[in-house]
Amino acid sequence: MALINDGYLEFEELNKLQKLPSEERYAKGPVAVIECVQEIPCNPCEAACKFGAINVGNPITNLPTCSHDKCTGCGVCVSKCPGLAIFIVNKAYSETTATVGFPYEYMPTPSEGMAVSAVNRKGEVVCDAKVVKVVNPPAFDHTPVVTIEIPKEYADEVRSIKRL
Amino acid sequence: MLERDVLVVGAGPAGLAASIEAAKAGADVLLVDLNMKPGGQLFKQIHKFFGSSAHRSGTRGFDIGLKLLEEAKEAGVEIWLQSTVVGAFPGNLIAIEKGVDGGAKEVITLKSKKVIIATGASENVVRFKGWTTPGVMGAGAAQTMINVNHVKPGKKIVMVGSGNVGLIVSYQLMQAGCDVVALIEAAPKIGGYAVHAAKIRRAGVPIYTKHTVVEAIPGEDGTVCKVVIAQVDDHFNPIPGTEETIEADTVTIGAGLKPATDMVKLEKCQLTFNGPFGGFIPLHNDKMETSKSGVYVAGDATGVEEANTALEEGKIAGISAVESLGLISPKEAEKRRIEIWDRLEALRMGPFGERRQQEKDNILKEYEEKIGTAVEMD
Ligand SMILES: Cc1cc2nc3c(=O)[nH]c(=O)nc-3n(C[C@H](O)[C@H](O)[C@H](O)COP(=O)(O)OP(=O)(O)OC[C@H]3O[C@@H](n4cnc5c(N)ncnc54)[C@H](O)[C@@H]3O)c2cc1C
Ligand code: SF4
Ligand code: SF4
Repeated sequence: MALINDGYLEFEELNKLQKLPSEERYAKGPVAVIECVQEIPCNPCEAACKFGAINVGNPITNLPTCSHDKCTGCGVCVSKCPGLAIFIVNKAYSETTATVGFPYEYMPTPSEGMAVSAVNRKGEVVCDAKVVKVVNPPAFDHTPVVTIEIPKEYADEVRSIKRL
Repeated sequence: MLERDVLVVGAGPAGLAASIEAAKAGADVLLVDLNMKPGGQLFKQIHKFFGSSAHRSGTRGFDIGLKLLEEAKEAGVEIWLQSTVVGAFPGNLIAIEKGVDGGAKEVITLKSKKVIIATGASENVVRFKGWTTPGVMGAGAAQTMINVNHVKPGKKIVMVGSGNVGLIVSYQLMQAGCDVVALIEAAPKIGGYAVHAAKIRRAGVPIYTKHTVVEAIPGEDGTVCKVVIAQVDDHFNPIPGTEETIEADTVTIGAGLKPATDMVKLEKCQLTFNGPFGGFIPLHNDKMETSKSGVYVAGDATGVEEANTALEEGKIAGISAVESLGLISPKEAEKRRIEIWDRLEALRMGPFGERRQQEKDNILKEYEEKIGTAVEMD
């Protein structure tokens, strides 16, 4: 498995281990994609979601599951997940583009409108991107959630940006 | 002579939790730590913690530390910093080298009815050619440099070890503005949590499993300037001809931790060897009492685990100590211990926890077989 040998998830691997949003759900707008696939003792994502979309339950080592229909794509869980393993994907952003929201804890924090390089799970640059939103309220406790706009075909691949 | 109900050694999460429990029950508690600040590992941990939300996970380690300190203060725990236990003598006497103003030390003898040892763990070393070259250091040391002292250990880092410490410290080195140019792991797979590995992969750090560091080469100034790595065979021996040279000025070693047992040895508590828990550990029962009556242990000192497990074990030790002081009833103590052991069991599940649960069970069993009941202090 690429994940435990090389440190990144192949999309196919992720698809097998986590329930991903359906294409119908994606068509409705932003939604959380949880890329947490190991049974570790962790559950802050569950408490973070005030819409009750995320469930870990008992025991705490259960994988989190997301009821994508309850999820509004608000991004609160993204900032609360210590594994930085939750992303907000909006495949309905425009005709040709999608957005990906991810936690970004490096300095400097990107600013809206900035041109950046989007990277995949391996850290390889995939395409150019534009920062469309940076959300960093005190409640996020220094984990800004950065949203970038990318060509739609890369929405399942892009998960961060090259460090500035 | 100075007298206290409970002496707690080590002010990490385990020692703080134990102190809070004991002080809340009305005990006179003295907490000593050799560091300049209380909190143990917690104040180095700038990342959000794993664990259950009931344990304030999703909160950064140092914020958990601040909260615990506040609780300890409220409960009336007395804390001595830069203070080390240097001797344990018959009659419940403990010699403490107390840090006083101006960096001086004063040796104080304390008569303490109960002792709780929560001294945590220390870093393992790895030996290779050039391992004493300036620029080679423990991952924990590098973490202290960046997160406590705000000094970068170097610009280009080679991290050795892919356990959670290696992965998290790599991430934090990048947050501090360093480049992690390689992460080396001798085993065929990553040791720590995949989500931690994924965040550094995403940041472009190459991860070399089945590799080891062979040599750190000093430059003209005598500090590390190149690092040679190589593939290893199934017995972890470097395979000749597979060497690669990496430009780097720092090598950080995250090769695991081992429980700090100096203090339990001083108290002559019986030890047992336990590989998965990191080495020699004090035998203890489900009250966290050692082979010596009135001496309790908690946290990484009983086997390297996590802050959450350290906290819970600390609570058990605190509760048991005040139970034997007669400050709470055995019934109440037992009820609370059962609740805590249930929570601990939940924390020791899944592929990363099961083994620790088994080992903990074995240790409790070994205690029953070899010791049964703790013997009185000499
Ligand atoms: C990089 C890293 C990341 C981590 N991330 C997490 C995480 O996300 N979640 C989690 O739950 N856990 C995490 N941990 C683990 C957690 O920090 C430890 O398990 C926990 O701190 C152990 O608590 P403790 O109280 O047993 O020991 P420590 O925190 O190590 O405290 C021991 C204290 O004892 C003092 N001491 C030692 N010997 C003496 C002596 N002779 N006299 C006086 N004082 C003494 C030391 O100065 C120290 O302050 C992480 C650890 C590391 C290194
Ligand atoms: S994005 Fe918002 S609504 Fe969706 S799971 Fe996360 S917290 Fe809940
Ligand atoms: S908070 Fe993140 S790492 Fe923890 S269980 Fe939820 S998704 Fe996984």
